[in-house]
Amino acid sequence: MPVKFPFSRRRNAPADAWTKCPDCDQQVFNRQLARNLRVCPTCGHHFRLSVGERLDLLLDEGSFEERDAGLESLDPLGFHDTKPYVDRLEAARIKTGLNEAAIWGIGQIHGRRVAIGILDFRFMGGSMGSAVGEKLARCFETALVERIPAIVVTASGGARMQEGTLSLLQLAKTTAPLPRLDAAGIPFIVLLTDPTTGGVLASFASLGDVVLAEPKALIGFAGARVASGTTGDELPEGFQRAEFLLSHGFVDQIVTRSEQRATLARLLRTLPVAPADDAWQEDPARGWGPIGALSGFAERLGGAVSETIGIDVEPAGRNGDRPVAKHREEAP
Amino acid sequence: MTGVLAPPPEVVEEAWRRVMLARHPQRPRTLDLLPLIFEEVTELHGDRLFGDDPAIVGGPALLDGHPVMVIGHQKGNDTETNIERNFGSARPEGFRKAQRLMRLAEKLGMPLITFLDTAGADPGAAAEERGQAEAIASSIKLMTELQVPIVVVILGEGGSGGALAMGVGDEVLALENAVYSVISPEGCAAILWRSPDDVRTAAAAMRMTAQDQLELGVVDVIISEPGEGAHTDHAATARAIKTAVVAAMGRIQQRGLQSLLAHRYARLRSIGRYQETVAGPRVRPEPPSLRRRLGRLLHLPGVRAPRWSEIWPGDEEHDLEDGE
Repeated sequence: MPVKFPFSRRRNAPADAWTKCPDCDQQVFNRQLARNLRVCPTCGHHFRLSVGERLDLLLDEGSFEERDAGLESLDPLGFHDTKPYVDRLEAARIKTGLNEAAIWGIGQIHGRRVAIGILDFRFMGGSMGSAVGEKLARCFETALVERIPAIVVTASGGARMQEGTLSLLQLAKTTAPLPRLDAAGIPFIVLLTDPTTGGVLASFASLGDVVLAEPKALIGFAGARVASGTTGDELPEGFQRAEFLLSHGFVDQIVTRSEQRATLARLLRTLPVAPADDAWQEDPARGWGPIGALSGFAERLGGAVSETIGIDVEPAGRNGDRPVAKHREEAP
Repeated sequence: MTGVLAPPPEVVEEAWRRVMLARHPQRPRTLDLLPLIFEEVTELHGDRLFGDDPAIVGGPALLDGHPVMVIGHQKGNDTETNIERNFGSARPEGFRKAQRLMRLAEKLGMPLITFLDTAGADPGAAAEERGQAEAIASSIKLMTELQVPIVVVILGEGGSGGALAMGVGDEVLALENAVYSVISPEGCAAILWRSPDDVRTAAAAMRMTAQDQLELGVVDVIISEPGEGAHTDHAATARAIKTAVVAAMGRIQQRGLQSLLAHRYARLRSIGRYQETVAGPRVRPEPPSLRRRLGRLLHLPGVRAPRWSEIWPGDEEHDLEDGE
């Protein structure tokens, strides 16, 4: 039996020990890149992450439990381009070790439970077919039932063409639970990473209560070549980059990788799940302070308005009651 | 190669024939059909945010005397009208106008009827600046929760997100020669076959005809077209659509509001085909023990806790493909 020394592997460095940064062309030592969360130490370029690297980055160690790991795509159309779809799926499974382009599960960020879904661009361009849509819909539904925040990290070219309109309808399937999260008072946070385009951006990814993005991530509806080819216009500087979306009002913050876990944790603290139903008034964390003061203010304002313009303003309630204004003549 | 075969030539030709019919320049457009189906159609304009998009039209109307809201894509019939209508490719202000009309329909309790006829949403830089993706996403979201019955009619091309933004409903009807797809056959051929010559094969492979969509459960009812196709007789097409819409509305209105929304949710939720294999969840072992943490600190071999990035490591190779 050969004797193994713990330090022996350090001598034979692997051939691909270096990676060239596509942004600044600097050669970066791979281990340095890994230590730096796969961010170029020279220019700050954010390399793409696998779902595994993303989990390690965002979640408390040992907190993640994957759900629906065995959920995978079928080939509903018998799709065949230059290669059969089933072969492409198999190749992607071997390459990534994933069953599908998304995983979801329950984990913790600074001790707070969240339902989190993550897309992996390496699995067929992170494209959303029936299985990815089903996983994300279940992620949102579990957030709803367990009353925990939902977080999705995107990296996707869009809907998966090989499943035709079944993929297109995943836009609606993943969006349908979101109004229910709204009604139940469950926060939904999206982190857009490079690249997020097409159908994924045109559904749940644009609909977060808070939308964060990684620096310089490509984020857009149509490919940049399509955009310039269609209109013949010069594309604006930094077109479809995260900074472009921030300046146009579609992203809340651009967050560098080292800040992401802390930023999510802060959002989870400052945007808590609403108390269920009538617990609103009884919750000691909320019954006093700004909300109590505001509702008192609303009553005073309502009274004042009634006096001034002869309209009875009923106090606004939660759970679907909207503020109702009635003309005094019609009121009893 | 496994046993999967390319579609046979007759299937390819049939699919392409349908695409050509769906794109026929004389095919009746939304504004041609509205006066033939409804009474007192009143077009409303503008999204109250930025502008008015001529690629989407809509407003209140009467269907057999009942107030309804109608919204549809509007293509032109020749180069001039197509330029005016942006070839039926809506911009964000079009989808936001549609949302405004949907909210009005909800406020007044009017059923909503939408007509799809678009190759896709406008992919231009200006549309992008005004949030094309957000406009489509919020339209879809609004339709999933809109508290009035929704009937969707696919008139010609149901192209991708631009169609789905007005295509979420309680029943989806399609004209016999309509098509519905996740991406245009041209786009699909360019990305997957990397050649524009395979556009017909792409059309067949995506199974985009109305009959295919019925089999996939995306479309509920097919409306027969007169003669050689809808372009031969607009009036007869309108009559067929009206009969089908009234019948669909009758079926939907038997449900109460709560059951209507529950049914719509269940319909969307059930779309898609997947399997659940017995592969158990990849549950991580408990948080690292003191021994593991100490071992890791001292770089002792064999005691380092596994990390998720070792189960699913990253790599440098990224193919930009397979998405729409």
